[in-house]
Amino acid sequence: MDSVILVLKHDKAAVLSLILLGIIILFALIAPLLPVDPNATDVINRLKSPSLTHLFGTDEVGRDYFARVIYGGRVSLLVGFLAMLTSLTIGVAVGTISGFCGGIIDAILMRIVDVLHSIPWMILVTVVSIFLKPGLKSIILVIGLFTWMEIARLVRAETLSLKEREFVLYAKFSGVGVLTIILRHIIPAVFPTIIVSATTSMANAIMTESSLSFLGVGIQQPMSSWGSLLQDAQGTMQNNFFMALIPGLLIIITIFSFNKLGNLLRVYVEPKVMNDEKE
Amino acid sequence: MAKYILKRILTAIPMVLFITILCFTLMHFSPYDAIDAMTNPRMSQETIDLIKAKYGYDQPLYIQYFRWLDGLMNGNYGYSIVTKQSIAADLSVRIPNTFKLVLPAYITAYFLAVVLGLLAGSHKNRTADKLIDGFSSVGIAVPSFWFSMLLIFVFGYKLKLLPFVGMNSVGMEASVADFMRHYIMPFTTLVFTFLPANIKFVRSSTLTQFSEDYVLVQQAFGASKREIMFKHVCKNVLLPVVTRLGMALPLLVTGAIITETVFGWPGVGPYFIKAIQGLDYPIVMIILVLSSTLVILGNLLSDILYCLIDPRIREMG
Repeated sequence: MDSVILVLKHDKAAVLSLILLGIIILFALIAPLLPVDPNATDVINRLKSPSLTHLFGTDEVGRDYFARVIYGGRVSLLVGFLAMLTSLTIGVAVGTISGFCGGIIDAILMRIVDVLHSIPWMILVTVVSIFLKPGLKSIILVIGLFTWMEIARLVRAETLSLKEREFVLYAKFSGVGVLTIILRHIIPAVFPTIIVSATTSMANAIMTESSLSFLGVGIQQPMSSWGSLLQDAQGTMQNNFFMALIPGLLIIITIFSFNKLGNLLRVYVEPKVMNDEKE
Repeated sequence: MAKYILKRILTAIPMVLFITILCFTLMHFSPYDAIDAMTNPRMSQETIDLIKAKYGYDQPLYIQYFRWLDGLMNGNYGYSIVTKQSIAADLSVRIPNTFKLVLPAYITAYFLAVVLGLLAGSHKNRTADKLIDGFSSVGIAVPSFWFSMLLIFVFGYKLKLLPFVGMNSVGMEASVADFMRHYIMPFTTLVFTFLPANIKFVRSSTLTQFSEDYVLVQQAFGASKREIMFKHVCKNVLLPVVTRLGMALPLLVTGAIITETVFGWPGVGPYFIKAIQGLDYPIVMIILVLSSTLVILGNLLSDILYCLIDPRIREMG
């Protein structure tokens, strides 16, 4: 923990980004409690500049842009979080089973990882998304189901070395079942890796979602995410650049902060990294 | 070494085959297929059967697969469901356009990354390093489409300096100057997209090398910083960096999908996105097969490069 505080003291950008991330998450969580409605149209006040009544102005049908940005963040973060959970679950399951069981199971699972890995993510995700009805659920599934390969590889590598450790060997000899060993001994031991992967995975999922929504194959109207807000803003950008600026900046801050968080956690779980950085 | 390379090639072939099978299966189970496109509900069952027989869709599945695979190898990629155009003909126009954009952009980003990465890595925790590392940390978080929107707004709308749709203005297809004006913004976007991750890679590779024992030994013998850097560290840093080139191979087709779409560049990107939106399966599947094959080839290439330039691996194999 000391090392984390030390890093924070030196890295002002990390402190600032974590605070901003906290604010963004807080707003996303309490959005329904705020007195704003992202779908209320007001045709008289179309495309207004930011003011006190409309903090971020209004869009082309007079919806309050501040509310739309907050609700968009809610969708983006939700997709990121659930997709991350899905991909983490699959990755950890495949990685531990593959590493622990070895043999034919390992060979088959790793070949699947190789094949999925060799299809560029953009192509893979878009291709699969045409087989599902576009919407929130499918975008979470598509991102979650096809981004676990990296995590599986990492977890497998760690499992391979854990497998030879005394506490695992002992459990094996005393007749504990495979599933129990994986759940009780392997997963807690690879937990640091899992947590660090989670932050990267979250950042990637948010980026993927916004790209897909921007291209029009992600979140569909009337729901919107930061990516789809940017897609809408593309049309009216010439006069209302403000509307393109805000969701973009929020995406950058969020992804940057999750990456920073990942680095901090890495320092926390592997103090060795810290010693290298300090010299 | 020849044995190692041969072994690598032999493991790559089943993977490519597996991907073609995967694509074919996906295409077969798609909710709308080539037969639906050629027939209409008013046709009698006999007519439909005749059309099926004409295109070989009445054959067992595995025979259809082999015919499709045979077509792939002979450059017969089939036809678009929507426009009925030959996919091979369409791609032969679009892939060169993507090449023109991605190849120079990647090379530029690559050289900039090597220079900046080495600079940052060798000046750890000093101002230069902080600036460069900060730039790449932020750069990784910037969505490429947002960066292009920023460029379009500033140079397209406000300063009215550059055009931002397509590759040429109407009626000026032969003008190089006009092409260059269209080229600047997508090119800049792509350089900016490729740059941050590459800088991070070179920088961390440099940091690892500087913490090696041989650097300490050289310092103990009183070698100058410059000497250590250019005579020893550089060589070792560039090993993994050169092999990274192989992995960039698939970018030549799919590296600019988003950027091309934003700028309406007539490359593979808009073609692919349009096919996705129009549920044009044959096109989507061909691009899937093509890009995955390039990934596998790229990995193969980078392994072979590694083997060629690193004597340690050469002797092992």
